Amino acid sequence: MLYYTLKRLGVAVLVAITVSVLSFSMIYLSGDPAVALAGEGASNEDIENVRRVYGFDRPIILQYGSWLVQALQGNLGHSNYLKAPVASVIFERLPTTMLLGACSLAFALLLAIPLGVVAAIRPNSIIDRIALSIAVVGQAMPSFWFALTLILWFGITWRLLPITGTDSWKNFIMPSMALGYYLTPAVMRLTRAGMLEVLSSDYIRTARAKGLRPMTVLFKHALRNAIIPVVSLAAVQFGFMLGGSIVIETIFAINGLGYLAWESIQRADLPMMQAIVLVLSIFYILLTFLADMLNAFLDPRIRVA
Amino acid sequence: MPAHSESKRVLEVRRLNVEIPVPTGMLRPVQDVSLHVDRGETLCVVGESGCGKSLTSLAIMDLLPTKAKRTCDEMQLSGDNVFRIGERAMSDIRGDRMSMIFQEPMTSLNPAYTIGNQLAEALQRHRNVSKAQARERAIYLLEKVGITAAAGRLGQYPHQLSGGLRQRVMIAMALMCGPDLIIADEPTTALDVTIQAQILHLLADLQREFQMGMILITHDLGVVARIADRVAVMYAGQVVETGTAKQIFNAPQHPYTRGLLDCIPIPGKTKRGARLGAIPGIVPSLVGHMSGCHFASRCPQVHEACKTGNIDLLPTAQPGHLSRCLLTQGAGSAPRETEGAAS
Amino acid sequence: MTIDTAKAPAETGHQEPSPGTMMRKRVFSHWGFMIGAFVLIAIFLMALLAPYISPGDPFDQVLSRKLIPPIWSDSVKATWDHPLGTDHLGRDYMTRLFYGARISLLIGFGAMLISGIIGTTLGVLAGYYGGRVDMVVNFIITTRLSMPVVLVALAVVSIVGSSLTVVVWVLGLLIWDRFAVVMRSATQQVRALDFVTSAQALGCSTPRILLTEVMPNITNHLIVIATLEMAHAILLEAALSFLGLGVQPPEPSWGLMISEAKGMIFFDPWLITIPGLALFALVLSINLLGDGIRDVTAPENRN
Repeated sequence: MLYYTLKRLGVAVLVAITVSVLSFSMIYLSGDPAVALAGEGASNEDIENVRRVYGFDRPIILQYGSWLVQALQGNLGHSNYLKAPVASVIFERLPTTMLLGACSLAFALLLAIPLGVVAAIRPNSIIDRIALSIAVVGQAMPSFWFALTLILWFGITWRLLPITGTDSWKNFIMPSMALGYYLTPAVMRLTRAGMLEVLSSDYIRTARAKGLRPMTVLFKHALRNAIIPVVSLAAVQFGFMLGGSIVIETIFAINGLGYLAWESIQRADLPMMQAIVLVLSIFYILLTFLADMLNAFLDPRIRVA
Repeated sequence: MPAHSESKRVLEVRRLNVEIPVPTGMLRPVQDVSLHVDRGETLCVVGESGCGKSLTSLAIMDLLPTKAKRTCDEMQLSGDNVFRIGERAMSDIRGDRMSMIFQEPMTSLNPAYTIGNQLAEALQRHRNVSKAQARERAIYLLEKVGITAAAGRLGQYPHQLSGGLRQRVMIAMALMCGPDLIIADEPTTALDVTIQAQILHLLADLQREFQMGMILITHDLGVVARIADRVAVMYAGQVVETGTAKQIFNAPQHPYTRGLLDCIPIPGKTKRGARLGAIPGIVPSLVGHMSGCHFASRCPQVHEACKTGNIDLLPTAQPGHLSRCLLTQGAGSAPRETEGAAS
Repeated sequence: MTIDTAKAPAETGHQEPSPGTMMRKRVFSHWGFMIGAFVLIAIFLMALLAPYISPGDPFDQVLSRKLIPPIWSDSVKATWDHPLGTDHLGRDYMTRLFYGARISLLIGFGAMLISGIIGTTLGVLAGYYGGRVDMVVNFIITTRLSMPVVLVALAVVSIVGSSLTVVVWVLGLLIWDRFAVVMRSATQQVRALDFVTSAQALGCSTPRILLTEVMPNITNHLIVIATLEMAHAILLEAALSFLGLGVQPPEPSWGLMISEAKGMIFFDPWLITIPGLALFALVLSINLLGDGIRDVTAPENRN
């Protein structure tokens, strides 16, 4: 178990370093970062100033090195537009996105897992076909269109839910649905497949032969095993959702990290963009690591060698 | 919870049939099967793969797949009817008065829970006992099945045990509530040959000690010879011959049984250089109705009369020894005699 | 005698249908595949024949006829000259819908091609050689998976400048991961089969083995993933255009059309419903087709 943990940790660190290199080098895509940062209509002198101040005249390795050292100390640069340190802005907005992500994940799981279980108990029945249709439809809908359609019906036509902002819990309902539904098909299919496989396994037959009640067999024995890959998938998808929240946050005017990313892209606030990509990537790496650990915890065959 | 009956007859099954709809028609894998087992008695159900022996045991436990339908004239466990009593009542009986052990110990235990948990669960489902009491019983039975340092094993997971150990755990689990009947479906087939003998020995000892009835399903005549009190030979969904082990081995009446015994060399009986027997032909399809003897297409002694009508288990010269063959000594020459009486 | 003896195939003289006939039967009876194929072909034709079947010009702005509702609304303004109405700049919506199909299909196909080449190469190499190569490729895949696709795409496009070509390349360079993962595992499975070992024993060169032994056996996986990733690319392009960093106006990208219309959602909801439904239909048909191909060629992979 220790070996397993260390191995995973090692890979995670290596990936994190690679990701940091990549996000650092994003600035160079435009050619000359000094020109980009100096903005339009800047004179040559201004550009040279920027170059010196930001250290773009130094060798790349040194630039990366000092950037990395700064980042590890919590200094992710300074935003010219917001006149504030990037790190503090990011971590101020992060909780909102995390909350949105958590609600979306909850929505997706609460819908997908029961559907998957019921579909597996009665394969090829009406409810199975409905569940699979939901999966197929869910995978084909663009998230922003779904969000706008939700707004159209629940916000405008029926006036049931608020459209923008984050004042109350009601504000999170539509965004969570819009963000979470994309996860539902994958989770539902995985739960269904896992349950189908587990339900036909020998230890379920043993459980029935022991006279255990159907609910016990279903939940204590079957789902407990079928859910393991789903947990991994959910943890990983949580990371995707954080990255994909930019679309939902801009539509619903939710002041989270995604919206911040959107604003900084509009304003070409390079340090901010870089930092957000880095933070989200690191977060994602952490989540994958956690998912692996969770996997091991749930499956005794890995945990107790 | 009904008290364990003290009657001698543990299981009585008469004319059990199983039907399963398949794309090509109605499959009848179990036809007109009658069995009975007494306390302390081991009935071995022998037959080749596909003869219906496993499905028969699943039918008795009511663990058939949902599409399958079963019918029977009578199914009694220690004198109590256990047919069509509803799933609730049936699940109360399963694991309590009637237990089953399966063939693949490697996959028959849930990998996510300790064996202590799974053992205790078997008891706590049917009895109002505390966790500590269930644990005690588990330790007691684990030791009975020959597992040393039982208390330590309770916290182990199935993947930490070998195949032989897992099968012992399965046996202990089947005994947690002190059942009247235990059904063992090929319990040693998936195990090493050296372990096979141990497990069979163990089963025989346990049965004697706890005075249970046991049905042991196998395709291995060697196992039958070792452990059976009575034998039921199955072919193509039917019981074709039944009697005591001695009767079957010494004086087999049904041509199929004779053919089976001819296939194996018996020390002392089979001459050197003699050819081992083989049964030509293939097993008939069990979809749809079949009249006449199921073995007729392969039988070396087949007559025209064998191919039509319904052939029951007919009495032979020995009491309790029945054979589903018109040529049985002691039977009349015409088919459709009186029903093969349960002895 | 009514004994129904088991049939040994050689004895009955019953002809087994050829594999081609069996495949055709399976294809035509798979409703998902048929619907997907039908709709996709319809949309493809729509895109191809757009200049000939459109009521007007996609870029023609006539402000006097702006915001005309579609033909099924009960407004007096609705006219058969503009069956799907007009947008806020007076451009005929049906025309823009048809031309928009070109953009979606082009970008979807282009991105799928690029990502397919990258991902398949990485995956096959990793699956075939194993060992160090596998480790390196796995690392590359993990790194790519750690980066949020939409954000990186947005950032890159904002820095480099957006156009159809840029979008195709950015997406292509980002979504190859599923190709790599699936091709890798498929190659591993094929590699373990005996006919590959015998080809090696015969002294066949590696490129030849990859081409003649490995590739033909993983092609059905490739086709399935290709369709799924094409759908993925179409959705991503729509999202990018919706955010203003994909295809630029006045191009009729469906995502862009939805974005332009979101301000008018109160009074003219059809402006977002129509392109949204089109996107939905296109992606759905591609997904159904992909699922159908998988079911028909290798039903055991169905989940």
